Amino acid sequence: MASVEPTADLLDPAGPVEAAARPGAILSRRWLVLRRFLRNRPALLGLVAIVLLYAAAFLGPLISPWDYQTSDYTAFLAAPSARHWFGTDQIGHDVFAQTMRGLQKSLTIGLLVGVISTSVAAVVGATAGYLGGWVDRVLMWGVDMLLVIPSFLILAIASPAFRGRSWLLFVVLLAAFSWMIMARIVRGMTMSLRRREFVVAARFMGAPAWRVIFQHILPQMASLLIIDATLTVGGAVLAETGLSYFGFGVQPPDVSLGTLIRDGSTASLTTPWLFVFAGGLLVLAVLSVNLVGEGLRDALDPNARRARRRSPTDTAAVGSAR
Amino acid sequence: MTLAEEVRGPGPPGADAPVLAVTDLAVSFPSEAGRVDAVRGLSYEVARGEVLGIVGESGSGKSVSSLAVMGLLPPQARVSGSIRFRDRELIGLSDAELSRIRGRRIAMVFQDPFSALTPIYPVGDQVAEALLIHNRRALSKRAAAARAVELLDLVGIPNAGARARSFPHELSGGMRQRAVIAMGIANDPDLIIADEPTTALDVTVQTQVFEVLTTAREVTGAAVLVITHDLGVIAGIAERVMVMYAGRAVEIGGVEEIYARPRMPYTLGLLGSVPRPDAGEKRPLVPIEGQPPSLVDLPPGCPFAPRCPLALPACRAAEPELASVDGDARHRAACVRSGELAGTGPRAAEVFGAPPIVTPALARLPRARRRVVLRVTDLVKHFPVTTGTVLRRRVGTLHAVDGVSFDVREGETLGLVGESGCGKTTTLLEILNLRAPSAGSVEILGRDVATLDRRSRFALRRDLQVVFQDPIAALDPRLPIGDVVAEPLRVHGAGSQEIRRRVPELLTLVGLRPGQASCYPAELSGGQRQRVGIARALALRPQVLVLDEPVSALDVSIQAGVINLLDGLKAELDLSYLFVAHDLAVVRHIADRVAVMYLGTIVEIGEAGSVFTAAQHPYTQALLSAIPIPDPARERRRRRILLEGDLPDPANPPAGCRFRTRCPKFATLDRRQRDRCVQEEPRLTRRGALPDHEAACHYAEARDVL
Amino acid sequence: MVVGFLLRRLVNYAVLCLLATFLAYTLASLTFDPLASLEMRNPPPPASTIQAKRAELRLDEPIPERFVGWLGSVAHGDFGRTVTNSPITDELGRRIGVSLRLFLIGTVVGVALGVAIGAASAIGQYRLGDYVATIFSFALLSIPVFLLGVLLKFGALEINGSAGATLLYFTGEATPGFQGGFGAALLDRVRHLVLPTLTIALGQIAFYSRYQRSAMLDVLGSDFLRTAQAKGLRRRRALVKHGLRTALVPMATLFAFGFGLLVTGGVFTERIFGWYGMGDWFVTGVEQNDTNVVATVTLFVAVLIMLSGWLSDVLYAVLDPRVRG
Repeated sequence: MASVEPTADLLDPAGPVEAAARPGAILSRRWLVLRRFLRNRPALLGLVAIVLLYAAAFLGPLISPWDYQTSDYTAFLAAPSARHWFGTDQIGHDVFAQTMRGLQKSLTIGLLVGVISTSVAAVVGATAGYLGGWVDRVLMWGVDMLLVIPSFLILAIASPAFRGRSWLLFVVLLAAFSWMIMARIVRGMTMSLRRREFVVAARFMGAPAWRVIFQHILPQMASLLIIDATLTVGGAVLAETGLSYFGFGVQPPDVSLGTLIRDGSTASLTTPWLFVFAGGLLVLAVLSVNLVGEGLRDALDPNARRARRRSPTDTAAVGSAR
Repeated sequence: MTLAEEVRGPGPPGADAPVLAVTDLAVSFPSEAGRVDAVRGLSYEVARGEVLGIVGESGSGKSVSSLAVMGLLPPQARVSGSIRFRDRELIGLSDAELSRIRGRRIAMVFQDPFSALTPIYPVGDQVAEALLIHNRRALSKRAAAARAVELLDLVGIPNAGARARSFPHELSGGMRQRAVIAMGIANDPDLIIADEPTTALDVTVQTQVFEVLTTAREVTGAAVLVITHDLGVIAGIAERVMVMYAGRAVEIGGVEEIYARPRMPYTLGLLGSVPRPDAGEKRPLVPIEGQPPSLVDLPPGCPFAPRCPLALPACRAAEPELASVDGDARHRAACVRSGELAGTGPRAAEVFGAPPIVTPALARLPRARRRVVLRVTDLVKHFPVTTGTVLRRRVGTLHAVDGVSFDVREGETLGLVGESGCGKTTTLLEILNLRAPSAGSVEILGRDVATLDRRSRFALRRDLQVVFQDPIAALDPRLPIGDVVAEPLRVHGAGSQEIRRRVPELLTLVGLRPGQASCYPAELSGGQRQRVGIARALALRPQVLVLDEPVSALDVSIQAGVINLLDGLKAELDLSYLFVAHDLAVVRHIADRVAVMYLGTIVEIGEAGSVFTAAQHPYTQALLSAIPIPDPARERRRRRILLEGDLPDPANPPAGCRFRTRCPKFATLDRRQRDRCVQEEPRLTRRGALPDHEAACHYAEARDVL
Repeated sequence: MVVGFLLRRLVNYAVLCLLATFLAYTLASLTFDPLASLEMRNPPPPASTIQAKRAELRLDEPIPERFVGWLGSVAHGDFGRTVTNSPITDELGRRIGVSLRLFLIGTVVGVALGVAIGAASAIGQYRLGDYVATIFSFALLSIPVFLLGVLLKFGALEINGSAGATLLYFTGEATPGFQGGFGAALLDRVRHLVLPTLTIALGQIAFYSRYQRSAMLDVLGSDFLRTAQAKGLRRRRALVKHGLRTALVPMATLFAFGFGLLVTGGVFTERIFGWYGMGDWFVTGVEQNDTNVVATVTLFVAVLIMLSGWLSDVLYAVLDPRVRG
């Protein structure tokens, strides 16, 4: 019978504590996310492109000697040159100044719509999902209502009201029609989170609903919300330019990329500079935003794909100008 | 049983040539952190008709190695070594070549029956498909469908003809697993690989599934590879056992040898960490400290050394080879000190330093003189029954809990056991809700919850806290554990000073370091996370703790540490536990009293020792007989009480005694006696020697089934 | 049981259709000023003319009353008159035909190619084909329909230029006054159809392929696919029979959403290529402050979207036995 002495000196000094977790796991999540994002070339390029576009949109007009509203009576329909970088239009407007102004407007509208609609979606969806019962039914009925209304048409019909008013009204209306699907997703996730044990634990310790929602539920969805905000920006830019294309959005004398493309594309192939720059920047902006959104999704939450899948009951549709 | 003769393939080339020979198998995957060496040089053989059990904790490489045999690893996996199946090398074969072997020569049963079947095809079609793939010319579609029904019948699916047309979601987990087994044996394979085939299932179903696997083996004469994390499960059916750790085999040998005389400290610890339902007296459980190593850039030396109480400096220098012990070629262990563990060897508890059992001071007081802290009387909970996931319609009322009564006294642990769907979790949630139930009453510390207003309910929450099953889901992943533990204090208005004082105190109490307060849950192991959950529950100094399957999601070696902690805390803090679990062995270890639930009612309740040794109710007897015991000799001698079929629909329970449709006792009764079971619902009445032991059966009779 | 459910959904959708139309009608009545063009005329028309027009357009009645009146005549097949006083019903059928042709072809092409490309892309994840498909779908989803239309138009000009003949037309749906046999007429229509169909279908293909790809990727890691292979199915066959078929289920729920995008895209497409369909009519209607036209088109679009939503439900029930329950 060999006797075996436990070699106490080799025991973990922490006693009952299990040995420290793998060193790899201690690297914070944020670092991992950042690394994953940085490794995603298209997303990184998109991010750089967005930053540059914003910088150009706001700095461009400062550099350019021309204002988007003043005409150069010595140059009508002039091709791009050192004097007019992007050329001029039929009445001598500098296309560069106009494009930058349009870009500014379109990007700002997109950003505002993204932020507003995501916030509304988060609050409405989480409230409906967490409280359930009649609150849920009322809120979701509202969501369904807005979902089935052909939003593009309604916005177009409402457009005469924009004339002479602030473009902010337009932003509010755009946002009003772009939060519903996200609210449904947030609601669905909240309902499954509500059954998650840490949320149940919070409830059983007596935490009030608002605390649970803001402390436990919404932070879980932070990544999803960021991604959605990003992708909504892209969608909103498309919706805005689409409506503006028909004259239902940003009203003259102000310009957006949509109005510029409309005005420019009616001309023939002989004056492509009238819309090519606006069109190119528009595509670049939306593409970049989408790439960043997808990149964030891959980096933040490799499983988020599942969450984006809509619940089977929301079959109603919205239109946005894709 | 003509199946075997009909489809029998050509016999093996040599009588004792192994069906499967794995040599020096290595599998690695790329990951964020680097290359994961999931399997690191694994060699084993399985002979014809033999049952080999592969045991290991999560991440030990046991599943990966079996997927490698099937050639079903994801494409990014790098595989090397050799896998010879009946003289044919499998590594390097094309998908087309492998697909002729898979399902025909080698079949696999996967862990999770809930996701193993394609949701959109009827079960019968999926079984028939397995036949048609390999017999396209010889078999007509109709013949295949007919054979599929035969197979479903063979694996014990009642009413197989009708069930063949069911979709997977319409079947219970046990039925689905049978269907998967039917698929596996369809082509009379030479090797069946069962990867944790019962982990997701209840014990009684587990028994049934193993019974089916045994039948399948008899019918097909196939070798069987059973992969599991539970040493008890395979004690009865395996002939040889291989223990895996960190991607390698650390011990392999005959099942009796391994269980009786383990020669590797890890095996020893693993065996000691399993609570024994058959133990006469409570014995300490062996916790194996630490957790399995990361398989990325594994340091040299024995991978178990950091957790091994017997580790020597030599252990950290080089990884020991799997060497035969005592000149027995069949029994091999990878440990430099395996020689010292020879003979009867030391008991695991001594080697691993298990804490002694402490009896709480309160327990010395007779039960009747202790205060009732939780009393549940005739509790009823109804749910509306709806069908479909999208097309929700109410079709009836589900009596999830239908008249449950019990009490918990100061300093005692009541174990509430039962299979999934018996209503134990609903009971617990009803108690925790602190709201008036559908019917009946819940009293906590003498206060009826129906009479509580908002403020007193909030105040009462301090005294009643909960620990959940899943240590991953139970903690908000975005909060550092200091905040997790502080949350109940914050909600109940504690000042920041008190929080600063209490958090380190609580962490120390559950065996964590105060310095870990800034860790995120993801940085902790499962056992540590469960300790955080316990610390959070203790923050408000409750008197009653409700524990919902607190250890069932943990690996066995970790589980023991948490059970020991709960045991110690109860004594130290004079707590009372309501302990809900499906694992009767754990309940046997921790509970003073046990209540067994079936279909929303309690069928037996009493002092734990009395219930376990002299169970009165046939259902309790069946449950107990299904618990696997990690003792091969004993396990072979045991006779299992098999329950027929599935749990009846809880929305439509049988009249009279709810258990009668599956009751083995009922089957032996004569007609007059049966009438009583059908017409009269049995009530809990005193049975057995102790005044405290009650069972709800007209024909109760004590039986020791362990 | 399922049929009952689908019928209930249909009724629910019908109510929502009416609500949407009511909203459009109300909004249009509030924001439009149909008399503006009359009042701005030079010389200004006499007050009696304006008053007559007011009465004709029933502008003095409260809006709900006007809506109910309009709806009542719609029930009898009369959609009212345009501001220029021509009956809407006369033009309606032709315009619906024009739009539906575009929508139908766009949907069929979009769904079929989108699903095929998406599935192939997922199976060959990280291979060249996947990258190409991903890049294209991203680019297409970032190009607004109106820009895509314009670009295709210029592309067609190039093709026609280099071919030295008009191969592809980009105005109208057929050559006016075209003479020729059935085959020739058909060819003429096809040559008009190519560009608008491409404009509308490319976005659809991109949309469906993205979602099909991700649905398929979800399925690729599933246990049941592994079971199918363990049975002895070859990977490719298992992917199609068990994987793709299951991955189609979530696509059913997307169908309604995709159709919504299609309708909006249709408005641009008709406008750009000079097809006088419902979308074109809508834009004209808003420009001319024509409440009846706008309400009619909204009703049409609402009905289409509801139908697509309902079709989504039906498809879902057909594809997924769990729903049939």
